[in-house]
Amino acid sequence: MSNLDPVTGTFSGNRGLQIEEPLIFEQGQEGRTGVDLPAPPKGADRLGGMARKGAVGLPGLSEPQVVRHYTRLSQKNYAIDSGLYPLGSCTMKHNPRLNEKMVRLPGLADLHPLQPLSTVQGALALIDQVAHWLKTLTGMPAVAMSPGAGAHGELCGIMAIRAALEHRGETRKRILVPESAHGTNPATAAACGYEVDAIPANAKGRVDLEAFRAKLGPDVAGIMITNPNTCGLFEPDIVEIAEAIHGVGGYFYCDGANFNAIVGRVRPGDLGIDCMHINLHKTFSTPHGGGGPGAGPVVLSEALAPFAPLPYVVHGKDGFDLVEHDEKGRAFGRLKGFHGQMGMFVRALAYMMSHGSDGLRQVAEDAVLNANYILASLKDVMSPAFDGTCMHEALFDDAFLKDTDVTTLDFAKALIDEGYHPMTMYFPLVVHGALLVEPTETESKDSLDLFVTVMRGLAARAKAGEAQHFHDAPKLTPRRRLDETAAARSPVLRWKPTVETKQAAE
Amino acid sequence: MSNVRYTEDHEWIRLEGDTAVVGISQYAQEQLGDVVYVELPEVGRKVEKGKEMAVVESVKAASEVYAPISGEVVAANAALTAEPAKVNADPMGDGWFVKLKIANKAELDKLMDEGAYKKFVEGLH
Repeated sequence: MSNLDPVTGTFSGNRGLQIEEPLIFEQGQEGRTGVDLPAPPKGADRLGGMARKGAVGLPGLSEPQVVRHYTRLSQKNYAIDSGLYPLGSCTMKHNPRLNEKMVRLPGLADLHPLQPLSTVQGALALIDQVAHWLKTLTGMPAVAMSPGAGAHGELCGIMAIRAALEHRGETRKRILVPESAHGTNPATAAACGYEVDAIPANAKGRVDLEAFRAKLGPDVAGIMITNPNTCGLFEPDIVEIAEAIHGVGGYFYCDGANFNAIVGRVRPGDLGIDCMHINLHKTFSTPHGGGGPGAGPVVLSEALAPFAPLPYVVHGKDGFDLVEHDEKGRAFGRLKGFHGQMGMFVRALAYMMSHGSDGLRQVAEDAVLNANYILASLKDVMSPAFDGTCMHEALFDDAFLKDTDVTTLDFAKALIDEGYHPMTMYFPLVVHGALLVEPTETESKDSLDLFVTVMRGLAARAKAGEAQHFHDAPKLTPRRRLDETAAARSPVLRWKPTVETKQAAE
Repeated sequence: MSNVRYTEDHEWIRLEGDTAVVGISQYAQEQLGDVVYVELPEVGRKVEKGKEMAVVESVKAASEVYAPISGEVVAANAALTAEPAKVNADPMGDGWFVKLKIANKAELDKLMDEGAYKKFVEGLH
């Protein structure tokens, strides 16, 4: 059969429900349209000669074509709604539908940020309630609600630290950041004008306390530490680190990206931290990765609270009030146009209240248990990067792939054929060929068992000399192995028509 | 090649008269994988030993390239902008990063020679 597609073995190029879908621009045909409007009346030019002269280049399509196109694209997507999403350090947990129901309530969905305060008392009460939960869970006296995501929260924290130092009449030069940090930490410090001084990790994957002490000095503005860190390990010396940094007059920024591992179990305020962002889109289950936006409120210590950004909600004389101007002039300014990601506050509060404090504690316990179940189930066939148990994510290096001619990347590609989004690869950088798996508390034991079976099977295949299977993977996807090098070196970022279309779809 | 020296961060430096050519080692390019982007310093910039001098980005990661010794940038390999693959193909030759006018030649003596670097790399596995 000469007209059979050589890859799929079908005449259509489709494979069952997997439809081969051209770009929407490739489907466009002149004159095809989904609406039937009367021709505009011919009249005098009211655009002062600014009317467009050429086509805008939109494809001509019927309505069912458009609906099918986007439905088919959505079917090619992998999401937490379709399966286990083991991407490490991302906390890809289930987004409860109750959150979505609450955020669509008319009184919350229809708000405008410029409404008079007397008409949005319920919304302000809700922001205040989320703030109360965050302060209680972290043991911190204040919280800035407006940051729009994790990195924005880091910016907020470091700007508060800089404002506090300037208030003392000091300018300091350096911020200490461990080598295993998320890349946003050094980027934030640099964006705020600080020199980034890297602290090496010790053999156990934690901050090297001696190396840290050696870097302390009066020019250190602060330290940024993720706890649990990106190796999935708790930093046991965190209290000592806090005392030491305070001893030289610096401040302690904690990156709360991995708060899911300790929520309800550890209060960061008790550890001596000065500020920490909380990813509502991780720990508090709001949508994440294409479904966003995120939200990154920052809890602040007594020392940094006066420098928090505007605006913030207070209990006023006649109900809730918004502070938009700082009389004392200490607030470092405004981070966002309005009050923060209101939709995410609603979802996060729905999650907090439906779980309760005992439920949130269990979130951390189950997340850590699940990660350790994976670590324990795989450690005899893969190579854990560090000894002992882990927190919320299990980290492996590529030693188990030595002499197999299979790399971490190949291994991840094979996982795609098995129906999983790959784990985080080659990060943290301190671990060679890292494979970082964070199952979250979302997964059941059955789900984890299937994942473990797949991982063990792949490890066995790699060791059995089946390198070619990995080099060819993925084979069952709409597109096969992509040339990542060519994609990065000479990316094709824009579709260009083969023949110039003369007329737009009108 | 006896006049080539190496750092623990896998840069190499080769003295050519008063200037020194700097790049990343064979081991470094192997570890990085396919290089897709190189950011070079502008000519005239003063670089300090051990501080960031350039950035190299591969399919796997972005890494800083540190100045092996202090000096002033007198040339940058513009060919790498269009063809970063040269770093993989010929890291010690066509894939050079910058040429430095060096302040103090004695700093070179503190870096590893070929033999010492080879042993250092073997110790990393």
